[in-house]
Amino acid sequence: MSWAGPEDIFLSTSLASYLDKKLLVLLRDGRKLMGILRSFDQFANVVLESASERVIVGDLYCDIPLGLYVIRGENVVLIGELDLEREELPPHMTRVSSEEIKRAQKAEKDATDLKGSMRKRMEFLDFD
Amino acid sequence: MLFFSYFKDLVGREVTVELKNDLAIRGTLHSVDQYLNIKLENTRVVDQDKYPHMLSVRNCFIRGSVVRYVQLPADGVDTDLLHDATRREARGG
Repeated sequence: MSWAGPEDIFLSTSLASYLDKKLLVLLRDGRKLMGILRSFDQFANVVLESASERVIVGDLYCDIPLGLYVIRGENVVLIGELDLEREELPPHMTRVSSEEIKRAQKAEKDATDLKGSMRKRMEFLDFD
Repeated sequence: MLFFSYFKDLVGREVTVELKNDLAIRGTLHSVDQYLNIKLENTRVVDQDKYPHMLSVRNCFIRGSVVRYVQLPADGVDTDLLHDATRREARGG
């Protein structure tokens, strides 16, 4: 991101146009963080104020508050501007407590682990 | 520099960016930079049901390092111009 003059902010790929806006940041590990952009640099390192993590498991979601976050640019996948006039999530989704979402996450992980171990047990059968 | 110049000429066109995490986003190319970071406007996620968190995102910044493909309209490419530019770059480089 090269430094641009004030009028170039509208045309360039600088994150300057996102300053002080509420954003969705997708990370490489799949996490979805939300917060207000306060600072950035040429590596896409980012400072998010009032950051929270939106955990989604199926139709359940929970926002876990995190506070002030500095995110290293190499972990950033995408930075999206949240349109305040639109619904952030589809209406069929329900907000739940952090305990419940953690239980749902564990259940999902156990299901995938079970699928993985079942597959391993079947591998010796060598179906083509 | 070649692809940076190439993408600069595509600003304003509709493209689909496929990321390494398999997320595909369609939108209007707003801008690009030397790292091939991309800014898209008027975005829609290709498989919206799989990515509910992206519902209200209409503009986004995509870090160049996470892009797998940029899908363009067939008439978005002047292949002759691109061939010439590539040959020039290969000669000079």
